[in-house]
Amino acid sequence: MTAKEKNFEALFQAKIDQEIKIEAKDWMPDAYRKTLVRQISQHAHSEIVGMLPEGNWITRAPSLRRKIGLLAKVQDEAGHGLYLYSAAETLGTTRGQMMDALNEGKAKYSSIFNYPTITWADIGAVGWLVDGAAILNQVMLTRTSYGPYARAMVRICKEESFHQRQGFDIMMSLCNGTAEQKAMAQDALNRWWWPSLMMFGPSDAESQHSEQSMIWKIKRKSNDTLRQQFVDATVDQAKILGITIPDPDLSWNEEKGHYDFGAIDWDEFWQVVKGNGICNRDRLKARRAAYITNGKWVRDAAIAYAEKKQQRDISKVA
Amino acid sequence: MNKEWPLWEVFIRSKAGLHHQHVGSLHAADSEMALENARDVYTRRQEGVSIWVVQSNSIIASNPEENTSFFDPAEDKIYRHPTFYELPDELKHM
Repeated sequence: MTAKEKNFEALFQAKIDQEIKIEAKDWMPDAYRKTLVRQISQHAHSEIVGMLPEGNWITRAPSLRRKIGLLAKVQDEAGHGLYLYSAAETLGTTRGQMMDALNEGKAKYSSIFNYPTITWADIGAVGWLVDGAAILNQVMLTRTSYGPYARAMVRICKEESFHQRQGFDIMMSLCNGTAEQKAMAQDALNRWWWPSLMMFGPSDAESQHSEQSMIWKIKRKSNDTLRQQFVDATVDQAKILGITIPDPDLSWNEEKGHYDFGAIDWDEFWQVVKGNGICNRDRLKARRAAYITNGKWVRDAAIAYAEKKQQRDISKVA
Repeated sequence: MNKEWPLWEVFIRSKAGLHHQHVGSLHAADSEMALENARDVYTRRQEGVSIWVVQSNSIIASNPEENTSFFDPAEDKIYRHPTFYELPDELKHM
């Protein structure tokens, strides 16, 4: 590193320490830029791939009310993906590069979306647990050090709060319904609980990128802190629903003022991250079909039309 | 063909009487599509009454690395602020 760069880096960290946001054209270390591109694009991909397990249920929703709610939520997720892709693009990557990375399996997205939504109760559990977990992370990120990312997060958080409620509302209806419906809700909780806890990422001791991200204030709370916050909030919600969290070790720890919970199966987590989850292949297949087979000609036609129209306008003026 | 749709910056007036404010960006093949996409993405909950879209490459921005010299002219002109002028104690409001 040259003396000039060292000086820039010191100034950069001083800004971060003083809570001054970093904006797109400001000087930043290459590693900060790279970390952000990785994290923001991964976050965007999660929104986009996240539409797949829910989209599956739009035509199968049990009532019109549920259908319009779910449709609105899935539309929001498309929007959230777009805000995030735009934020990543301010760092010098392009939409095409990000899409290629996703389609080629080089970029990651949240592993939770590699689990199938096999019953209607899963849509309730996804809204309640998956969106609930995502919101905790996203609220933290509204204060992230990179301005465009923070602003995208503010917008997303405003819209996201309805997502968790509509999920909880679905769970409430099922839990207040027939014994069969309640069993369906319990079954969904059983399957989604542990993967939801894994959403916060590896434990602090194992987390590869965490330390530097905390110094740069990209992240402001550790994975384990957020996970604990999620467990503490969710246990009481499950009590209201009258269903049981599938963890025999779950118990209130008076001394810590938090719930203790059982060990997470990290082997399962890494298996899914590596591409061996139940739906990894299906998800990528669906994304490739949307972007390449069914989407490319539409994008090409639109640009060809726009260029033709522009030519026509120019010749009219001439 | 492998062209990306151009990038547009989106500005929204949230209600009459307020400025348009930058809200984000999006890709669209042409201006008409940019407006429609902006509506669908940024005003799904009636957040606006008017939208501007501008192709991102049409925006000329100041360079943050030259901030010190660029904004220098205003730095030492405290007399442009009302607090520079002292008022007699008996005068309560001005």
